[in-house]
Amino acid sequence: MTNLWTDIRSTDLVIVMGGNAAEAHPCGFKWVTRAKAERGAKLIVVDPRFTRTAAVADYYAPIRPGTDITFLLGLIKYCIDNNKVQWDYVKPYTNAAFVVKAGYSFKDGLFSGYDPAKRIYDRSTWDYEIGPDGYAVVDETLTSPRCVWNLLKEHVAAYTPEMVERICGTPKAKFLHVAAMVGEMSAPDKAMTSMYALGWTQHSYGAQNIRTMAMLQLVLGNIGLRGGGVNALRGHSNIQGLTDLGLMSELIPGYLGMPHDNEKDLQTYLKTRGFKPLRPDQISYWKNYPNFMVSFLKAMWGEAATKDNDYHYDWIPKLDKPMYDMMQAFELMAHGKMNGYVCQGFNPLLSGPNRAKVTTGLSKLKFLVVMDPLDTETANFWQNHGEYNNVDPAEIATEVIQLPTTCFAEDEGSLTNSGRWLQWHWAGGDPPGQAKADAWIMAQIHLRMKALYQKEGGKLPEPILNLDWQYKVPANPTPDELAREMNGKALAPVADPADPTKILVAKGKQLPSFAFLRADGSTACGCWIYSGCYTEAGNMMARRDNTNVGDANVYPKWAFSWPVNRRILYNRASCDLTGKPWDPTRKIIWWNGKLWTGYDVPDMLPTANPEKVMPFIMDAEGTARLWVRGLMVDGPFPTHYEPFEAPVVNVLAPRIRGNPASRVFADDLAEFGDAKEFPIVGTSYRLTEHFHFWTKHDRVNAMLQPEFFVEISEQLAKEKRIANGSWVRVWSRRGSIKAVACVTKRLQPFTIEGRTVHMVGIPLHWGFMGLTHKGFGPNSLTPVVGDANVETPEFKAFLLDIEPTTPPAGFHGA
Amino acid sequence: MPDGISRRAFLAGTGAALAATSLGAFGFGALESAQAAAIRPFKLTGTIETRNTCPYCAVACGVILYAKPAAETRGKRSIMYIDGDPDHPTNRGTLCPKGAALLNFVGSPDRLTVPRYRAPGAKEFKEVSWDWALDRVARNFKEDRDKNLITTNAGGATVNRWITTGFLAASATTNEAAWLTYKVVRGMGVLAFDNQARV
Repeated sequence: MTNLWTDIRSTDLVIVMGGNAAEAHPCGFKWVTRAKAERGAKLIVVDPRFTRTAAVADYYAPIRPGTDITFLLGLIKYCIDNNKVQWDYVKPYTNAAFVVKAGYSFKDGLFSGYDPAKRIYDRSTWDYEIGPDGYAVVDETLTSPRCVWNLLKEHVAAYTPEMVERICGTPKAKFLHVAAMVGEMSAPDKAMTSMYALGWTQHSYGAQNIRTMAMLQLVLGNIGLRGGGVNALRGHSNIQGLTDLGLMSELIPGYLGMPHDNEKDLQTYLKTRGFKPLRPDQISYWKNYPNFMVSFLKAMWGEAATKDNDYHYDWIPKLDKPMYDMMQAFELMAHGKMNGYVCQGFNPLLSGPNRAKVTTGLSKLKFLVVMDPLDTETANFWQNHGEYNNVDPAEIATEVIQLPTTCFAEDEGSLTNSGRWLQWHWAGGDPPGQAKADAWIMAQIHLRMKALYQKEGGKLPEPILNLDWQYKVPANPTPDELAREMNGKALAPVADPADPTKILVAKGKQLPSFAFLRADGSTACGCWIYSGCYTEAGNMMARRDNTNVGDANVYPKWAFSWPVNRRILYNRASCDLTGKPWDPTRKIIWWNGKLWTGYDVPDMLPTANPEKVMPFIMDAEGTARLWVRGLMVDGPFPTHYEPFEAPVVNVLAPRIRGNPASRVFADDLAEFGDAKEFPIVGTSYRLTEHFHFWTKHDRVNAMLQPEFFVEISEQLAKEKRIANGSWVRVWSRRGSIKAVACVTKRLQPFTIEGRTVHMVGIPLHWGFMGLTHKGFGPNSLTPVVGDANVETPEFKAFLLDIEPTTPPAGFHGA
Repeated sequence: MPDGISRRAFLAGTGAALAATSLGAFGFGALESAQAAAIRPFKLTGTIETRNTCPYCAVACGVILYAKPAAETRGKRSIMYIDGDPDHPTNRGTLCPKGAALLNFVGSPDRLTVPRYRAPGAKEFKEVSWDWALDRVARNFKEDRDKNLITTNAGGATVNRWITTGFLAASATTNEAAWLTYKVVRGMGVLAFDNQARV
């Protein structure tokens, strides 16, 4: 989230697209209903289903799964055509005036530089024209045909209300109703908030879905304001934290990038990460990258990492492909190229796409290690459960080691929520039996590996032998020690760069924030964006003062919010060029004539001149980006693509299937279905009574939703002669499942290109372990293909068929 | 603050003392003690309150865990009630249908209590000791790493990557556990390292 849960209370308009917060995030959604009650705020829901969120909306518009970009580009076009643009925001605070260099083009659904054989773009033309002064060229009059604003106008021209109806199946009148409500938010004193979740991410162009909303919010001038922003409603309690901490194949903590094969040493690696400002007077905060990186390497290898050995940059593994995400891992497994896998609180047998491929992969491993509080399907993938898991254990040679872990109630530490709050919690009870905390288990694995390498030698033992391990009890690092390590400390006195005689932080002290990190080996910091979470003043994450400072609904004294306890990102943009809040009744920070001050930590240097230094300090431009240069692999603008399995061809670019920049493995391409064979759209989602695959192990929730079902419209039920409550078979090219049919008015067919397109809705939560009836989930059916930028699988739009059937063998359900 | 203080027990105690004083002043002392003897003690009296947060979605509602002291429950402190935290700015004491049933998650019959091992081709798990299980994990890792770690690529550049063993990290462990996991896993050279953010 750019903002935070309680900030939704300050909004004028909530648009929920790509999520279902009333169902999946109920206690956060209360701030939507509060805004409605207190401020007269309105709620718009645009969703393929009439969801629980839609049930309390002021306006609902249906949309075919996978067509959100078209809807949103349609909204941007509407705002431009109807002058619903906050010009005083767009002109100085976005890159609207930046001139794009010659060579960049967009035609027939493809940007310049596409290589169809490799399915990648050469992105060299996706950049600004650079002037003789070394800075990007801007045209403040917005007359140059090559300026971003005019390229945007040209790019969205195709997305008329008629085209929105044609692609999305949203009736034109409904689209225009939404557009009129959204357009009003371009007034400087109005703010709209966007709430989205997996409904936007789980597409082969998921990242571009979100970008399109970010662009709309910039056009409306809604980023950085109270009640504004683009807000990801994250699904797990610490998925934000694990991502912040870089537990992803291509990341180093704090969103630093893992090095690639061609980056042979630290200097080469840092050379492309200089982040020189693209305009005069701009901050470009990423220019501090070397401070973050070297401090990270010092946190990894302590005294062993020195200037002379490049801080052991050589011990960081180098990537030979863009990433080793989960789909890549299962591809390697399926081809017998992986031997071992560890699943720590993760159940990929049910949560990965194409379950048959996951089973094949796991069956080819030599060993599987599962760390979990619960007995998961993945740990038992080799067990025969009839139709629900039809395997022969005798044929599966994978050894499985299952390690019992604690759960939240028995463990201490911090979790990072959607709003970037790091909240500390304490253990309330003892773990059952011999269950152990994850940190203890990881320490044990490390120490045992270290002992083996010490005793026997082996390949490259040094990174293991020298891993910084200064914990008081090496076998059991405490949460307190680990939190201090994430925050960072001074290994030598840290001096003021302006006056080297002045020592800012004494040796051995916790750092007050990442502003004190250095690239000379004098500081260590596990995760730079978390710096400030545990200072000499103590554990900031454990703070519990719930004062609503300035009635701004940001609770600055509660826990710690990264970065530097800032609650609303880009909050400098909540003020005009002179530093005055756009809406004086909803101020968050302001310029007092000398300094930036307010209820939140200003997202700006305290003394920065408001008329010179632009609000988006992380960007080299100083502005936000309506057009993102080469920063995304599939285009500087979003554009309409169909899902890889779509009921119709892409009407704007008929020759293109899916996202042309998505990675597709050959075996998976062969398993894509087409609309002739599979005419119905499938989509998957969550229910309020269940949390993923956990709560089916909980008696109360297992009773609340005991049985797997799929949802279909009355029209589809009639066409296929399916009675409400009867058994159906649902199948795709990749698998077949059985479920009870729930026939409902909440699903309605779409009319696309003159024909009726039906949809089957498949909730996620069942498996063959736990206290519910056994069931299937959607992922026996889903395709293995993901977002081009981040490889989130395309779970929200695929093709299937449905027919009446008999119950599974041995079913003893209701 | 998190531990050892029972706010409700404290309030309950204060309330009882006030009632006794005023009732006593009106001469109803005997009546009051008879009534007090008939009332079942409030079930949270004497419990240990701990601040925590819900482990499910990333709204991260505040919860309070109530546990009987270890001395009363065969040496293990066991949680007997979970409620929303009324002081928490986001949820203000409310919980959803999942959070409200958290006690049944903590105490699920499917909680794992011992390390187990399934041999290749076996039909069942068997229970093993922690020492055995952890030694087995370390041995498996080392064998595979020693055999398959790639130190240099075809062009002779140092790459130090280990791609035959992968690690899927959790989604609900603490940041502190996650940081330690990062250190250990990356320190070994693992590239196929991911969490649930993509699914």
